[in-house]
Amino acid sequence: MAGHIRDSLIRMDRVCKAYGDHRILFDISMDVGEREFLTILGPSGCGKTTILRLLGGFETPSSGEIFLDSRPLSGVPAYRRPINTVFQKYSLFSHLNVFENIAFGLRIKKLPREEILRKVGRMLELVNLRGYENRLVNSLSGGQQQRIAIARALVCEPRVLLLDEPLGALDLYLRKEMQIELKNMQTSLGITFIYVTHDQEEALTMSDKVVVMNSGRIQQMGTPEDIYNEPTNVFTSRFIGESNIFDGVMPRDLLVSFGGREHVCVDRGFSPMQEVHVVIRPEDVRVCEPGRGTLRGEVLSSVFKGVHYEMMLKEGDRVWMIHNTKNHPVGTEVGIYFGPEDIHIMKRGEGE
Amino acid sequence: MKRADVNFLQYPYILWAGLFIFIPLVIVLWYSFTVAGADGDAVFSLENYERFLSPVYMQVLSRSAVLAVKSTFICLLIGYPAALIITRLPRMWRNTILLLLVIPMWINFLLRTYAWMVLLGRRGVLNRILEFFGLPGQEWLYTETAVLIGMVYNFLPFMVLPLYSALSRIGKETIEAAEDLGANRFVVFRRVVLPQSVPGVIAGITMVFMPAVSAFVVSALLGGGQYMLIGNLIEQQFLYVGDWHFGSSLSIIMMVVILLTMALVSLYDKGASLEGGNLW
Amino acid sequence: MVKRPVSLIYLCLIFVFLYAPIAVLIVFSFNATRSTYSWGGFSLEWYRALFQDRQIMRALYYTVLVASLSAVISAVAGTAAAVGIHRMKARIRRIFLALNNVPVLNPDIVTGISLMALFTALHLRLGFGSLLLSHITFSIPYVVLCILPKLRQLPAEVTEAAMDLGATPLYAFYRVVIPEIAPGIFTGLLIAFTLSIDDFVISFFTTGSGVNNLSIVVYSMARRGINPKINAVSTLLFAAVFILLLIINKRDAAAKQLEV
Repeated sequence: MAGHIRDSLIRMDRVCKAYGDHRILFDISMDVGEREFLTILGPSGCGKTTILRLLGGFETPSSGEIFLDSRPLSGVPAYRRPINTVFQKYSLFSHLNVFENIAFGLRIKKLPREEILRKVGRMLELVNLRGYENRLVNSLSGGQQQRIAIARALVCEPRVLLLDEPLGALDLYLRKEMQIELKNMQTSLGITFIYVTHDQEEALTMSDKVVVMNSGRIQQMGTPEDIYNEPTNVFTSRFIGESNIFDGVMPRDLLVSFGGREHVCVDRGFSPMQEVHVVIRPEDVRVCEPGRGTLRGEVLSSVFKGVHYEMMLKEGDRVWMIHNTKNHPVGTEVGIYFGPEDIHIMKRGEGE
Repeated sequence: MKRADVNFLQYPYILWAGLFIFIPLVIVLWYSFTVAGADGDAVFSLENYERFLSPVYMQVLSRSAVLAVKSTFICLLIGYPAALIITRLPRMWRNTILLLLVIPMWINFLLRTYAWMVLLGRRGVLNRILEFFGLPGQEWLYTETAVLIGMVYNFLPFMVLPLYSALSRIGKETIEAAEDLGANRFVVFRRVVLPQSVPGVIAGITMVFMPAVSAFVVSALLGGGQYMLIGNLIEQQFLYVGDWHFGSSLSIIMMVVILLTMALVSLYDKGASLEGGNLW
Repeated sequence: MVKRPVSLIYLCLIFVFLYAPIAVLIVFSFNATRSTYSWGGFSLEWYRALFQDRQIMRALYYTVLVASLSAVISAVAGTAAAVGIHRMKARIRRIFLALNNVPVLNPDIVTGISLMALFTALHLRLGFGSLLLSHITFSIPYVVLCILPKLRQLPAEVTEAAMDLGATPLYAFYRVVIPEIAPGIFTGLLIAFTLSIDDFVISFFTTGSGVNNLSIVVYSMARRGINPKINAVSTLLFAAVFILLLIINKRDAAAKQLEV
């Protein structure tokens, strides 16, 4: 991907934001390239949504400047920016049907009827909602509403699409599916995505570049691999690093092989035998009697952390970190298992 | 910030509310503290309020108050058992019954009162029924009884609704717990139900008392004009006597009485619905 | 606590008390004779007399005219007011909400005489204009109370979403905010219409120059005693108000069903 990324499309130059004495953002500087999928990752209240609102034109920086194509954006109101947003709560227009929701931006541009019909039709195709044109948005499921929100923004053919935790309200399965769809859309449309989330797994699986934020400051910026492998500070390593990351391969979609075994997973869109990173969170690994689980190992250490024990487990040539509510003495053999949805797959080697 | 274009909408309203809600009250207040001077100018004076203290007007006030208290008391007496019964009804009945209770309030106050003229007339339906049973017809209309009936009729739903909302909030478990502890039904009522319904009682009392104190249509139609209440006195001062100063001071006194009652209510009960007061 | 049959009889008696006067009025409006004592046979005589009574017809004309005008004007002004109040800073908003509630909570007689005093101070002759202004004054607060909850339910993001898609703030207001709160505006309009038709006390003090609405005519007729024409007017007014409120409730119920 990196090869396609041109010079910066959006540049934030020492942007600060404060409400009175309350400072939200400190000296944010970053570049977002054309066709880049950039994720701003951080805990709630870290200022990531404020960055989106500054880019969207709903807030103005207290100091610093934002450039689009090297032209400053200050003074350009939201409705004149070639930037569209997918809001956290979808914010669909409940008085309009699906078609009119998507056509909203086109009608403002006063496009001819046939063109609106054609463009909306193509968008409905893209988000798999053909045939839903006349439905009222409130009668649709959360996943469907989210697709409409995305279609409504994309139909305007923005230079940049801002997404504010767009999958937060969806259940796990839908979220996985939408992650893949979003990533595919971004690649095929060639639009720059700026994606905000607090979910590190989401950030790491989808992005070209990740910006880790905390308390209004950028902690680290880089490719997902960089962020994983070389966290430069304690916050990043805490926020990102507490995961088990192993090398693996995808023999085919929905199946990953690591540790000498094949595991069913929920990830799709890989070429056969593609090399991947496998991420499994410590709290997603469950412990059972040896021989019962899918893998077995020896307990290296076990430390009580208040609500759970943090265990280090040696399994083959890998060391697992596991959070478990029950203690297992050091030296004992235990089995471990995890569900398909606990396995997170990251593409490896891309752009390297 | 980006909505600046429609923010101007608050200014016309500020102007409107000032002109048609706030200033009129100021004018009334101003009238109440002035009297017409020798050369027709208004002169500051407390005369209107002093005049109110004279026996004739105190009598009107006390009559209004007594009548309002009486009708409030009767509403409470009739309304409490009714509210209690409604809370004990099956859920699906309850809403229908409450709706039936509210419907008459939708109908013009004046017409509801006029309807009683038809019922209570010398040759009206009530006397017809009495005569059917061989009882002598009575002179109902233009008596205090008629005014009282009219008030109870018009304000009863305002009593029942807040009572119902307070009573329906008492959990079945509370009552069962009390019975479990050995209380008989009378004790349960006196010690559990009654104390917990106090906010509803207070809300009901104010919601009946307020309109009853300011009523002038009921007394004008069913009392036949010879039955003067403070509302009629205000009407008279403004429309027939033309002493707006005195009329205004009467209105201010009435508002103060009502505001005090409302303050009292909000002290006792923040939860009970005052919204019933908006229904007509 | 109270035995079943006894409590049911008690409730029935209360409903007889509440509905008997209305029923009697309606029944006697179809009586062939003047009497409200004995039934002289079914007849539409009083309705015919009603429609030939020029005073009543004029009052009907003013009632409908004032109700329609004040409903439409209050709906428009109330929408602007509600949006204005909604956008106010919290502390100022509280003040204006309280001010908004004054005509709702004040006794009608005080609203009536205070408006009468205002119109006189402004040297506005009491008549059609003052009557219309008064009705608008007491209707706007109810319209505001109907619309404010809709505005509160409307997330700020919806306006932002519209602007994000290229709408100017004004376009967003007319094409998104107004349609989204339209149900509230319509309910407010119906309530304003109903209140206007229903009002007696405030109209009584703020009209003049021979401009009367139905309530005022009924009042002056009723003060002189029972008149069968009033029975007929009443029946028609019952029907009108009843149908209006039925529509309002139907709409509310439908709206609630949609939300569920």
